[in-house]
Order: sequence, then structure tokens, then C-alpha cells
Amino acid sequence: MNLYHPHSRRQRARGLYLTMGILMGILTVAFFRLQVLRSDTWELRAESNRIRQLPIPAPRGTIHDRNGRVIADNVPGYAITLLPGPPDSIRATLNKMSQYMEISDERIESLLAFLTRYGRQPLVVDSDANFPVVSALQERRTEFPTVYIEMRPRRRYLGGEAAAHVLGYVGEITADELASTDFSQDLYEQGMVVGKAGVEKQYESILQGRRGLKYVEVDARGRIVGDFGAFRVDPGEGGESLHLNIDIELQEWIHHIFPKSLSGAVIALDPEDGGILALYSNPGYDPNDFVSGISTEHWQDLNADNRNPLFNRVVLGLYPPASTWKLAVAGIGLDLGVITPDEKMPVPCTGSYAFGNRSYRCWDPDGHGFNNLAEAIGNSCDVYFYQLGLRIGLDPLLRRSTEIGFSRRCGIDLPQESQGIFPSEREFWERRFGYAPREGEVLPLSIGQGPNSQTPLKIAQFYLALARDGSAPTPVLARDLEIGDTWALDLDPDHLEALREGLRRVTAPGGTAHFGTALEHWEVLGKTGTAEHGLSQAGLAEPHAWFAGMAGPFGGSPGIVVVVIVEYGKSGSAIAAPIMAKTADYYLRRKHGIPTDSVQTYLDHVQIGPVPTWYQERYPAVIGAIR
Amino acid sequence: MTRQLTKWLLEPSLVLAVLAVTCFGVAMIYSAGVVHIPNDVTQNAWIRQGTWFVLAVTAFIVVVRVPVRWIEWVALPSYTLSILLLISTLVVGTGVGTAAGVKSWIQIGSFSFQPSEIAKIATILFLAKFLSQRKDPLNSVQDLLLPALLVGLPLTLVMLQPDLGTAMAFGGILFAMLFWAGTPVILLLLIASPILGLMLSYDTIIWSGYMVALVGFLYLFRYRLLLFESVGVVLANLAAGTVAQPLWNRLAIYQQNRILVFLDPEVDPRGAGYQLIQSKVAIGSGGVMGQGFTLGSQKRYDFLPEQHTDFIFSVVGEELGFIGTAFGILAFCFILGRLVHMATRTPDPFAGLVVLGIFGAWLAHIFVNIGMTVGVVPITGIPLPFVSYGGTFLLMCWISLAIAVRVVHEG
Repeated sequence: MNLYHPHSRRQRARGLYLTMGILMGILTVAFFRLQVLRSDTWELRAESNRIRQLPIPAPRGTIHDRNGRVIADNVPGYAITLLPGPPDSIRATLNKMSQYMEISDERIESLLAFLTRYGRQPLVVDSDANFPVVSALQERRTEFPTVYIEMRPRRRYLGGEAAAHVLGYVGEITADELASTDFSQDLYEQGMVVGKAGVEKQYESILQGRRGLKYVEVDARGRIVGDFGAFRVDPGEGGESLHLNIDIELQEWIHHIFPKSLSGAVIALDPEDGGILALYSNPGYDPNDFVSGISTEHWQDLNADNRNPLFNRVVLGLYPPASTWKLAVAGIGLDLGVITPDEKMPVPCTGSYAFGNRSYRCWDPDGHGFNNLAEAIGNSCDVYFYQLGLRIGLDPLLRRSTEIGFSRRCGIDLPQESQGIFPSEREFWERRFGYAPREGEVLPLSIGQGPNSQTPLKIAQFYLALARDGSAPTPVLARDLEIGDTWALDLDPDHLEALREGLRRVTAPGGTAHFGTALEHWEVLGKTGTAEHGLSQAGLAEPHAWFAGMAGPFGGSPGIVVVVIVEYGKSGSAIAAPIMAKTADYYLRRKHGIPTDSVQTYLDHVQIGPVPTWYQERYPAVIGAIR
Repeated sequence: MTRQLTKWLLEPSLVLAVLAVTCFGVAMIYSAGVVHIPNDVTQNAWIRQGTWFVLAVTAFIVVVRVPVRWIEWVALPSYTLSILLLISTLVVGTGVGTAAGVKSWIQIGSFSFQPSEIAKIATILFLAKFLSQRKDPLNSVQDLLLPALLVGLPLTLVMLQPDLGTAMAFGGILFAMLFWAGTPVILLLLIASPILGLMLSYDTIIWSGYMVALVGFLYLFRYRLLLFESVGVVLANLAAGTVAQPLWNRLAIYQQNRILVFLDPEVDPRGAGYQLIQSKVAIGSGGVMGQGFTLGSQKRYDFLPEQHTDFIFSVVGEELGFIGTAFGILAFCFILGRLVHMATRTPDPFAGLVVLGIFGAWLAHIFVNIGMTVGVVPITGIPLPFVSYGGTFLLMCWISLAIAVRVVHEG
């Protein structure tokens, strides 16, 4: 038999055709299934394959002051974004980009950490790039195919340093913040700008808005090929604008008059509703420096500065309230009925007061003699208040002070606030000092020393109550925000008037703060305070200077409450009081339509010229005495 | 006219079909270079392929005029040479491009080629020479031993590179030629059985069932086989089942993954399954009509792996749709069919065997290459004859065609 006989060849050929047919048939069926039967699903998949989401940052809500003036808005900026990809190629791209822009090694590491954690999200390399960097990268587009440069609103603070402690600042969200529950994953992602301090932080959820989404087409290596149809862009929603009680011009004026070399704080409240007209802490910082991502050096400088410019003294600073506190003791005394306004204390002030086997000094070694309440406040007579404190007794004093709220926070709408330190009961001494309070403890407490530290904000709320009817709402920054938690001193109108009369004496001719607070149009009522602290008691530094008070038209109700503290300011009357008066003057003049003047107090006037006529007319007796 | 053509091309319909397919290939390579972010290498690949095309056709014209005597004479030296080359590849071989880990290339100056391409045609010629001298069919396992060894040597060397795709082509050569030499199908199935046993050994129960079936099959055909042959087959299967695990462990991770994702590509969609998924997405989104020549989006966005070489047929699927793929498969059917037809026509055993060897190699290439783009076979780096980008491969395909045409017409 021939192996290759035509017949057997044909037979084998049939076998080969069959094999070939089966194999090719399998292929054809596979293609038919894929391309004809299930084409739709694959088409969809092809599309999702090449589309990447890119967030469109929503413009942050603008912030306005009480007069509608814009104090924080947005200007166009540029963000440099990198599409996600394999870590190695991201690292390579970042290293390459660092030739044209500043990217620290830590930044690269943190971006890679984001990448491993959040995988598919785009990486914002610089949320606010400057123009030279943008143009340098734009020119090298082909070198950086995965880099996406977009317009992105950039925060601008028009008040600059003046309103820094009110507004706070924004910055890029950190990994810790992103991981925390405060920032929900639906709304936040790497590279977004969030409030870091102040109102920006407090009202983050209102100001942030909702980011939009756009779609770009990419190829398999994640290189951007182009925008994907505009019709699928979700523009997002801008943040809501926020209106504050702050008067930015007043804020700027305070920044102007506050001695640059001194640290301290000023807070001004509207007696109408407790709205915060100004909240100023010196030294401050320019929040605009934070927007572009503050440089490490600048940040270290700010933190290393022993004057602590990042520290908001109004809400965080705790100072012995000193003589400003005497009004609280007086109020409690009247409230409890242990004293009447006209009553004089049995022991006259001779410069000191003997209690137990100790002598307690009055600030004035010459003494004040017999004082009624208003006189005692006017003279700030320690001896009177020692006796008043003893009459009230330690326990009632602790109880009432605590009830009024001196060991609580005010509840201001800022992210941070210090809690006042004041003993709420006798155990306080045991806890803190390890001994039971002696009977004499009430004496220093009565004059605002001892274990008593308050924030300027808290003192302001107290003086707000004095400027009103004894009750005070929580001071708030946001307009139309009402925090129900008001506190109240139960004071008769007579009693309240007696306290105000005391405050009036401080600024009246002969009062300690008269010359620094005498204004053309406004009556100023207030109380100085000289807060002794550890350093001052050791003779190493001057005491802190307080002035807390209110001002308004003569014979009218107060239009503003202002509290000033100047650290190591030595004298409440010489340093703090003029700042309070000038603050009040600037605000009230504008409120009542009187042109403002940079020469404000009596002292201002006489430093540059003659005694102003308004002063001569009002206080002829004083003029006569001077002459 | 027809006579002129016949005189020049000897086998006009086949040669014209191959010519058309090669032109189509160059066009698809051009299209594969049309991407959103182009690079010089892929963009100009079609020009280089066109140059090789000219060279290949020239080689065809020359080789088609070489006397069969010379071709027969060159069989042994070329086989020996290619074995030596394959051995040296394992020592001095380099990887190229994406197949960087595979030692299948030899570089001489700026010119590099794959010895396995020469080995294929040399093995075909040598085996054809060997088988054509036999007067009797290969009726026993014994008879098959020598031819199996002849092909097994280059196959093993290629496997060691490791180049699984080309090894499959050698398998195609062996089986097609043995079949043409009159080996009973049962015998072919039996010698193929250890490979099947190897594959099934991943599951003990399935493998046990398979072994029972095998023994039963041998019992049914007990009169046509010698006892020791049956025993040998069973032992070979047992051996295959035993070495499967160590062999699997010796495979590189990427090779293991390729087999695993063949079973389920979604196991590792970003890694080994990526190529297959992207290829299926491209082909599937082509639909019936395709997205249009050069317009395939998966390809443009660079999602397709190896789109101008191993996955060129995915580009066909995406851009020309089912019409394109069906037509392509049909074209290959025609070419393969013409080869079978030529072998049937020629009374010369050597000529027939050579043509069948080429048929076996091409069928393996075509089936494995196209099959892997749709997940019918595991992904192995194997090009599509006349279409995939690759100079020496195209040249060798055309020389093989010339040899096939020549031996049939002179024989």
C-alpha cells in the first residue's frame, strides 16, 4: 500500500480540513459572542476604562463684615494636579517636576502615602502654584502628560493681619484631617483647601461648598488626552457666604492704634445683641501667607516667636482679672443683699487692712478713707472690697461666681476657647494647692487676684451684662447667630446704676483713667486693672494692664463694650484705657455719622496742641485747677 | 495573463492571498501606531514592516526558484545549525522589548533574529526528509520515537528560553507531519495524552477520572497496540501527573499567572489578567462593524498591550468589528486550505510533508495567537503570521511559503 496514494492523501486532507474547521470555528464563535452578542457591555467598559474624574474645587464662600464689606474672597489661582498611577512613575514624575518647582522630599513622601491610601484619586501637588511654575510646566506639557493644571480659586484676606485672629486661615487638608471624622470622605479629598483656624475653621462646612467633577480622557498609562465632553461636567456649588458681626474698619483701626511692641488683646461687643464688633490679638500674622502653603521657615518662625503670634489672646489668653473683677464682687454683694449702694464699710481704708494676723495692702498706701460702693469702685479701693468679700463669705462668693459662669467657657463661635479658672468649691484648694482654704482666701479673691484667671472674652461678657440689664448673651462672630446660653446677674436697676456710677468715677475728672479716656462726643465708663502675675510679683516684669468698660452718648445707653488687656502694660489707666477709648470713639463716631478723627482723647489733643474747647466747656473746674 | 502569473508565482491564489494578508498586516501595524500620545517606535513600525515586506517578497522570488534538490540537501545542515543556534541562544541570547526576560534572540551587531524561526523551517525540512524515506506508516509508539525526538530536541530548547508559543508551533509541526505520514489518529492522541494529563493534574479527582478513561480507551484498542506500548502510555501519563506540581513550581510567576488568568481573567485584572481583559474590551467594543480603521479607542488610548505584535488581531477586532475578524479568520482558512490542497495534489511524499509541516506551524500560530486575544487559549507570546510586526518572522514566513510552493511544483 502506498502511503501517499491519492486516495489516502484525500482522506487525510479531509481530516485536516475538519481539524482546521473546528479550530477556526471555535475562534469564530468566540469572536461572534464577544462582538455581536455581548458588544454592549464591552463598549461600556471601554468607555469607563479611559475616563478619569477630576474634582473641580468649589469657590469658598466669601466672608463679609457687619457693613457688608468683603473681608475674605477668592482670586483665580492655579493648582497642579497629578493623575494617579503606579507609585514608581508618580515618584519619577514628581522628581522630574521638582526641577521646575519646589517640592520637598516630605511632600513627595506624603503624596505617595496619599496614593497608597486613596489609590484612584488625583494628587494635588500644589494647590496654589505661582505663575512661573505654571508656565514652566505648561511649556513642557509633553514631558508631563499626567500633569493637569487647572484654575482654582485662591483665598484672599483683604483685612490682612488686622483680622487674622478672627478669620484664621485656610490650608491644604492634612492626612490626619482627612482620616478624621470631621471631614467626611464624600466631601473631602487630598489637595482640598480647608479652614485651619478661626472663623474659617469654625464655619468650614458652610464656607466649603460642594466640589464639582469633571472628566478627562486618559490613555492606559494615565496620560491625559483631553477633556471629556463638557456636558458631563458637574460644576459643584460654591460655599455660602458668611456675614460677621465684625466691623472690619474698627478692626483695622485697633490694629493701627495698638502698640506694635506690646502683646495684648482687644475685644469690642455690641450691647444690643452681644455681637462681636472687633476681636483683636497682637501680635498677629498675615493669613494670606498661609494660603499658598506656608513655607516651613515662616511656620517655624511663627511658632518659635516667644510673643506667640498664632495665639489668640482674646479667647485663649488667661489673665488674673485684677480690679476689673471688683465689679463682679460688687454685683454679687448687691445681688445677695449683703450691702446697699450707699453703705460705707465700717473700717476706713488707711492703705491696708488687717485680717487674722496679717495685713492686706490697698494699692494706694495713702488710703481712701470711708467709701460707698461707687466711690470704692472709682478709687478701686482694695480695703473696701476685702470687707465686702468677708461679708459675702467664701462659699457664697464661689457659688455665685460659678453660677454666673466664671469657670465656664462663653461658647463663642470659634474653634478654641480657654476655660476660665475659678474655684467652684473649697475642694479646689485641696486639689490644686494641697490644703483646705483658709478664711483669708476670700480677700485676694475679692480684688481679682488669687486662683482666678479669665479670658478677655469672659471679662467682656461680664461688662456686656453691666452695659445691658445685667444679662448678657454669648458673644458671637456670625451675624444672625444666637447662642441661647445667656447669663444673668440679678440686679435691680438701682444697683446696676450704682455699679455704672462707680465705673463713671474711674473716668471722671480725678478718676485714674480720666485723661486717657476723655472723648469729645462720648461718655466712657470703665475699670482699670493691674494684674499681678508670677513674674511681676518676683519683680521681673510689669503687671498686665486691663481696661474694661463701655461707651456711648452722654446720657444715653452704652453703644459699645470694650475690653483691653496689654501684657506687661504696667498701668491700666495709662496704657489700656486710651486703647479702649479710641476703639469706642472710632466705632461710635461712624455709627452716629460723625467724621472720624485720628486725634481722639484728651491726651491725644494736648500732646499736639492746646486743650480742646469741648474739654474746656465740659470741665471748666478741671481747667481752673490745672491753671 | 493567468499563465504568466502562474509561471511567476506557481501558486497564484495562495501567493496572492498571502500578499493581501501581508498588506493588510502592514496597514494594521500602521493603525496600531496611531495613538493619542505617539512614540517614534510604534509610529514608524509600519514603514519598517513595509521594508521587510519588500525584502520578504524578494526572498520569495529567489527561493521559489531554488531546486528542490538543494532544499533537500540543506535540511540536515540547517537543522544541525539551528540546534546549535538554539543552544547558544540559551547562553548568549537576549530579550527584546517587552519580552525582555526571554532569551530567544541572538544579536549580531545591530541585527538581531530569533533562531527558533530558522529552527522551525529546518526541522520541517529535516523531518520531511526523514519521514519521506519511510515506506510504511508509523504504526507503533516505537516508530514515533525518532521523529518525536527530532522535533522534541528543538522544542525542548525553545521551552528552556522559555518560549511557550514557539514550542506550541513545534507541536503543530510534529502532529501535522506525523498525521500526513500516515500515523493512526489514535496513536497521535495517545502520544498527546501525557500533555493532556499534565494539564488535568491540577485537580486530583479530574485527573483520576482521566486516567481511568485512558486505561479504558487502551483496553478498547488493545488489539491495535502492543502491550508495552499501552503500558508506556500509562506510565508517561502517570509521570506527567507526577511532575506536574514540581514543573508548575518551576514556572515563572508570570507564566503561572497567565495560565491562572486564562481560567479567570478577573482574578488579577491589573496584573496578568490585564492584557486579556483589555484585549477583550477592545474586541468587544468593536461590535459588528468596528470603530473604523485607525479609530479604535482602546488602541488609541494605549490600553491594548503589544498592539502591533502579539495583539494585532485585537486592533482588527476593535476597528473592523466582527466583519473584520471573520474575514481575517476566513483569509487564514483559505491560506491553510490551499496548503492542504497543495499537499493533496502532490504525489511527492517530501513535498507533501514539507507543506504539512508549514501548515502545522502556521495553524498553531494562527489559532494560538487569535485564540489568546479572546481568551480561548492562554496568553503566550506568539505572533500572527504575515500580520504581526516583526521582520525576521515575516521573512521566514515568506521563505516557508516559497519552499512550500517550490517543493510542490517541482515534486
